Amino acid sequence: MSRNELIRRLQAILPAEAVLHDNEDLRPYECDGLSAYKQLPYFVVLPHNEAQVIEILKLCHATRTPVVARGAGTGLSGGALPHVSGVLLSLARLNQIVSINPQARTACVQPGVRNLAISEVAKPYGLYYAPDPSSQIACSIGGNVAENSGGVHCLKYGLTVHNILKLRVLTIAGEVLEIGGEGLDSAGYDLLALMTGSEGLLGIVTEIVVKLIPLPQKAQLVMASFEDIRKAGQAVANIIGAGIIPAGMEMMDKITIHAVEEFLQVGYDLNAEAILLCESDGNIEEVSDEIERIEMIMQQSGATRVSTSQNDLERLRFWAGRKAAFPAAGRVSPDYYCMDGTIPRKHLAKVLQGIEMLSQQYGLRCMNVFHAGDGNLHPLILYDANTPGELEKTEEFGAKILEMCISVGGTITGEHGVGIEKMDQMCTQFGSAELAVFRAIKTAFDPLELLNPGKAIPTLHRCAEMGAMHVHQGADKFAHLPRF
Amino acid sequence: MQSVIDHYQEAIRLAAENKTPLQIRAGNTKTFYGNTALLPSSNTLDITTYHGIVDYDPAELVITARAGTRLSEVEALLNQHGQMLAFEPPHFGESATLGGCVAAGLSGPRRASTGAVRDFVLGVRMLNGKGEDLHFGGQVMKNVAGYDVSRLMVGALGTLGVLLEISLKVLPKPIVETTLCIPIGETAAIDKMNRWAGQPLPISATCYHKDQLFYRLSGVESAVKAAQLKLGGDELNEQQGISFWQSIREQTDHFFMTASHNNLWRLSIASNAPPLALAGEQLFEWNGSLRWLKNTVDCDHQAIRQAAEKYGGHAILFRHHLTNASVFHPLSSGLVKIHRALKEQFDPAGIFNPGRLYPEL
Ligand SMILES: Cc1cc2nc3c(=O)[nH]c(=O)nc-3n(C[C@H](O)[C@H](O)[C@H](O)COP(=O)(O)OP(=O)(O)OC[C@H]3O[C@@H](n4cnc5c(N)ncnc54)[C@H](O)[C@@H]3O)c2cc1C
Repeated sequence: MSRNELIRRLQAILPAEAVLHDNEDLRPYECDGLSAYKQLPYFVVLPHNEAQVIEILKLCHATRTPVVARGAGTGLSGGALPHVSGVLLSLARLNQIVSINPQARTACVQPGVRNLAISEVAKPYGLYYAPDPSSQIACSIGGNVAENSGGVHCLKYGLTVHNILKLRVLTIAGEVLEIGGEGLDSAGYDLLALMTGSEGLLGIVTEIVVKLIPLPQKAQLVMASFEDIRKAGQAVANIIGAGIIPAGMEMMDKITIHAVEEFLQVGYDLNAEAILLCESDGNIEEVSDEIERIEMIMQQSGATRVSTSQNDLERLRFWAGRKAAFPAAGRVSPDYYCMDGTIPRKHLAKVLQGIEMLSQQYGLRCMNVFHAGDGNLHPLILYDANTPGELEKTEEFGAKILEMCISVGGTITGEHGVGIEKMDQMCTQFGSAELAVFRAIKTAFDPLELLNPGKAIPTLHRCAEMGAMHVHQGADKFAHLPRF
Repeated sequence: MQSVIDHYQEAIRLAAENKTPLQIRAGNTKTFYGNTALLPSSNTLDITTYHGIVDYDPAELVITARAGTRLSEVEALLNQHGQMLAFEPPHFGESATLGGCVAAGLSGPRRASTGAVRDFVLGVRMLNGKGEDLHFGGQVMKNVAGYDVSRLMVGALGTLGVLLEISLKVLPKPIVETTLCIPIGETAAIDKMNRWAGQPLPISATCYHKDQLFYRLSGVESAVKAAQLKLGGDELNEQQGISFWQSIREQTDHFFMTASHNNLWRLSIASNAPPLALAGEQLFEWNGSLRWLKNTVDCDHQAIRQAAEKYGGHAILFRHHLTNASVFHPLSSGLVKIHRALKEQFDPAGIFNPGRLYPEL
């Protein structure tokens, strides 16, 4: 079918303003948060309701037109990168909070609702939605489901998959599936888990029932300095070994500490080789007990300085530096490249040392700032794209880091997804038999491969292309958001 | 141990070739669960021969064990290090295995506060219907590479593949636990459990039966004491408390004793659903979202299924003495299609536990 004919058919489903087809209108949709990859979509459609989405899908199915779903476009792996001859399906206008049930502690929301908006409506009931990606003021809950997003607090409260109960999903044929239920489990296979993190390849999510949990009475933060990054790594193991699951446990290395301190002056210890931020939350008794134990373990693990937030203002100040790590990287280097590997915590010191060696070998600095509690690393390689060959070196360095993560039993992506970015590394992490199973699952849902083709799961013969999150001199699309 | 896998692979290839079903069996403690009418010509694949702990590092909060490992062995090892399987899986017998626990996907009293089996599964090694040795997920807490096949295996009752090894997240055991009991009516109990769950309280289990609400507090001593003071009730002594939850988890409590004229139904619904007007006796767990119903064999199945659906959930005929009942809740036609397609992909010859979950799978 010709492009014009498709536009006419789409316009029969949607009001004219909801079908974008001029290049100028398409431009804002050419990439997601990974702006190194750009592609103008064939069209963008902006449906208002599920009925319209169904009609769009039926049309695309009948005409064999690829469909790429898009939430807020904050993804960091190119998951919402448009398809050259496909419809970019924006779910942004499905942005209603359908209902909130404080007694059952659930909220039913449309996919375009922003993550933080859910916690805001739940707040008067003393409840909130736990997963808190740093992009939470912008990213959509539909995108969170598609990526299985985490946040600083997922160490204690889990990822998206642990915090949703039910999904309404449309198949590419436009059929409605109700997956999960209002109870804590559902009949049949765990399709809720399968859909979560499926990066828009299996179906379009049009409604989500999320769990809400009680707001903690209190939160307090211990900040500890170490003269050796290995000691900091050991302190993490000691805290968890002592039976404490902190609400969050983050680590920064020396380059990061200096970069953020220069940027924000939060009062970080500039003599430290590593700083650990360890938060406890819950009821008052639990928090004071836990904080006391955390302080003690930090001391015993050789911390050179331990300070505990005395009020919420101070707690947020301690956090501010951590949250500003990405923009700070942008200030000390023209460009940076963000990785997202996860490793078993016991290999933290080894992998950090390995990164340090690679850093020397490639002559590129690398900031380490990460979710230490769950071993999710976000190394930031600092480089200058204007220096010939440096980008290629950086990519090679990055690939080596991910290979190292795999070699110690870790994974290439903890929370940012595979998207278009890590197709190569999927081939390293999985064998051909596993990749064949992934493709088989895709076939079970979308035999014509119309949903987000070319993403997340590499074909066996095409284990090529690789990229990363490149940020060039303020070209960062979400400069105002804190980064993790 | 590789020779055991070789043997399984050979058995699978043979079964696939001849299209003869394989019953995947281990401790035989959950044989009652599911559509258990055995197919006449089915062979058994015995998983108990593939056993043993593969890896456990307490500071990592992860254990990896072979599917045939006894659940009691896993729990004893964790206990030595002050840790636990936080979903408190029911064993239903001494010989229960880890593989059976994951395949059945059943969780115990702590489920509402801490999570279900599927929430703690980090990775699996498995054999599919072609006998291929596959690894999904891993030993790390966060992993979004590829589809979440590991969790898909939980509760699939072996219909998608043979679990070989499983990595689970484990949690520290609470420092203090205490159980209390409050006399209360059904409606008020539902209301109370839901209101409590909306507050930052260290409640780790609830159970309501016959005008009594039992609840368990877990955590640091000061928090448990403060909550006890706030919520009230009569405290059970430590041993009584432990035995009580054990009897709910393992269904040895008198309520669960089903005579041959009884059916035991399991309804998983919205926690704040009002009392269900169904004939029979009920016991609630999980803040009201799990409702056990004991009634007689001639009860109206349709009415029970409808009641569950009305409150956003599903009903399972958990224990029964009927010969050909379909025990799981019927799926919508759209979901049936997806289930069939997945089964077809994982087990093209349809050899693994055919019919155990749904007649068409
Ligand atoms: C500054 C910054 C900080 C970040 N911090 C974190 C963090 O702390 N933790 C973390 O996990 N991530 C983080 N991210 C990544 C990103 O915010 C998350 O992946 C987020 O969930 C994406 O949501 P979105 O609405 O922007 O989705 P998009 O980017 O629009 O889409 C993401 C993927 O989801 C699919 N999709 C979107 N909506 C639907 C739907 N309704 N149905 C089916 N598929 C759909 C798309 O096709 C695409 O594959 C960060 C990103 C930025 C820019």
